[in-house]
Amino acid sequence: MSKKYFITGGILDDGSKKDLLVSDGKIIGYENPVNSSAEIINASGKIILPGLVDLHTHLREPGKEDSETVLSASRAGSKGGFTALSAMPNTSPVADTAGVVEQVMRLGIEAGLCDVFPIGAVTKNLDGRELSEIGAMADSAAVVRIFSDDGHCVSNPAVMRRALEYVKKFDGVIAQHAQDPDLTINAQMNEGIISSVLGLKGWPAIAEEAIIARDVLLADHVQSRLHVCHVTTAGGVEIIRWAKARGINVTAEVTPHHLLLTDDLATSYDPVYKVNPPLRTEKDIHALREALAEGVIDIVATDHAPHPAENKECEWQEAAFGMLGLETALSIIALTMVETNLLDWKGVAQRFSRTPAQIGRYAHQGGEFKVGEMANLTVIDPAASWRVDRDLVASRSRNTPFHGMELPGVITETFFKGVPTLRNAQLMQKENS
Amino acid sequence: MKHLLSINDLSQTQAISILDTALELARVSDAPMKKLPTLRGRTIVNLFAEDSTRTRISFEAAAKRLSADVINFSAKGSSVSKGESLKDTAQTLQAMGADAVIIRHQASGAPHRLASSEWMSGSVINAGDGTHEHPSQALLDSYTLRKHLMHGAKDLKGLHVAIVGDILHSRVARSNVLLLSKLGAAVTVVAPPTLLPVGIEKWAVKVSYDFDDVIAQADAIMMLRVQSERMQELYFPNAREYSRYFGLNSDRVKRMKKDSIIMHPGPMNRGLEITADVADSARSVIVEQVSNGVSVRMAILYTLLTGEGIEAGALV
Repeated sequence: MSKKYFITGGILDDGSKKDLLVSDGKIIGYENPVNSSAEIINASGKIILPGLVDLHTHLREPGKEDSETVLSASRAGSKGGFTALSAMPNTSPVADTAGVVEQVMRLGIEAGLCDVFPIGAVTKNLDGRELSEIGAMADSAAVVRIFSDDGHCVSNPAVMRRALEYVKKFDGVIAQHAQDPDLTINAQMNEGIISSVLGLKGWPAIAEEAIIARDVLLADHVQSRLHVCHVTTAGGVEIIRWAKARGINVTAEVTPHHLLLTDDLATSYDPVYKVNPPLRTEKDIHALREALAEGVIDIVATDHAPHPAENKECEWQEAAFGMLGLETALSIIALTMVETNLLDWKGVAQRFSRTPAQIGRYAHQGGEFKVGEMANLTVIDPAASWRVDRDLVASRSRNTPFHGMELPGVITETFFKGVPTLRNAQLMQKENS
Repeated sequence: MKHLLSINDLSQTQAISILDTALELARVSDAPMKKLPTLRGRTIVNLFAEDSTRTRISFEAAAKRLSADVINFSAKGSSVSKGESLKDTAQTLQAMGADAVIIRHQASGAPHRLASSEWMSGSVINAGDGTHEHPSQALLDSYTLRKHLMHGAKDLKGLHVAIVGDILHSRVARSNVLLLSKLGAAVTVVAPPTLLPVGIEKWAVKVSYDFDDVIAQADAIMMLRVQSERMQELYFPNAREYSRYFGLNSDRVKRMKKDSIIMHPGPMNRGLEITADVADSARSVIVEQVSNGVSVRMAILYTLLTGEGIEAGALV
């Protein structure tokens, strides 16, 4: 018989006070029977959320294990309150066949700390020309439903159209990295006053917005499902708002870093702030926060992108794009959305667990705390705070832009299938192999 | 002041002090014995990851006239061209005891990375980084302007300078815009719209697309080098059209203000942004810019490595 846990004194995301009895991977009741052997978890003053679901994670395995592995990312995810991660396909080899997505899924099961749902490549080797084996990946043991060439934009409109049409067969979705390649050759940072002064090649907002506009029209034309990855501009928000008003089947995500950080951080020339898509301006941040609050942007996703030190300890233009995100994501949302009264905790649960699970068609994620449901949940102490230290991360890489920041919200417990992966803010599994 | 990475590192007083120091040090260059003992025993490294003969030899001459030991570390044939990281290069220079590193690099911000990392402890002098800044060039340009046009005044108040050409990719333009406005001059940048950065409306300059509108009003015309690869990148249709609208030729020179001067940071594309006869004309101070460059770079090294400038007349 598996161990029982009684989580008591906590407040569910909808504001109701409810104790949860967990056993055999499930929520089995709301009361602790007399003489129960359950381990008591005191959650008084804390918020209980359905386990966070990330639709955008770079786990780097196979091929780039020096920066991250499925296991180390799962540990970082557990620390950050996640019970599901979605593995972007830009690994080596690329996840463009059933074999690779099944391998990634298996690595996730072996790590055993959260669900790892592979995302399949839209095109072979992410080169934007020929469709990858989308059907085989969908039918594989990994049951892939999200397809993306993330890091690369599916820029050819004919290829994008065919991909959108093809995934209708099994209710799939194309997650687009919206970046016109011709408008962003060698681009380094947001194009604007800061880039003009720093002499770093600009990355215009229009390069993102033009692709979003084209794609929502394509999705409308072929009546398929589009997901826009990491929206960063106020203009992009307006296009998505328009598309939703027309009834186009589009969802969108925003990353925590794009809700907080602006392009003026590049004045340090420290590549820890170099990210794709780039950090934008205050005006964009304002629009993104509003859009997430309203639901025009449906979800938060981390775009967790670990890189080894040598790829960041160099000149800006030589450095790799990307930032760590898993361990800080919920605290950044608490800071930017909850403390600003833009979202309540129910809204956070919606944007960071239930809706992502729905978009990915992920079973047993984003639940409602009903009896009989899988116990995937996260306990956060909203009153506590912590200081980010890049030397203490669970990730294999250290490229967090939040180093040294004091952030609100300490995640004390994460439960995956009824088992704590994080307890008293400590990882249960000590080893990092 | 430990580093010179950007003109923004200088206050107006510090900038004027460097120009004054350069004026004093120019006398050393004019003397038969062209040396001062100031930096004897100090090691200065010229780290040139990008080719630039004129800036490198200008800094080398400046350092040698102050008696420093100079090590040249250039891209061709060195570990820098073999993919050694900036970090490893910096740590090597640190291990060799470099007191100052003069760096030219194709990456904007590379000098900032050297100065703000813990890879080395010496002074860092930006000798041109990517499309960011070239502060020593701006200082020598202001020195040249002051000498020709300011009749003994310390700053550049009342002066109108036009900078013409590829503003978007020019580190010379960025540093000059900052320094000229710091010293009180008015600046107009002249370029086709494609060669102006997005965001220039926030710079302390006037913007014009029409050279002929500006030419008669400027006290100095500063021409910028136009790289031929910009044509392939569609910034303008061809060289002939560029010259017609933005080149400095004798017809345009005729409309220049009395006593106004022509400048160019070099190397010139004769026939593209400037015609040969204009480059060699009486108004041109282009060759003098080069010799002023040595004095100004002496002043930069002197100020950074001794912690102070030289007051007027102190060397007499």
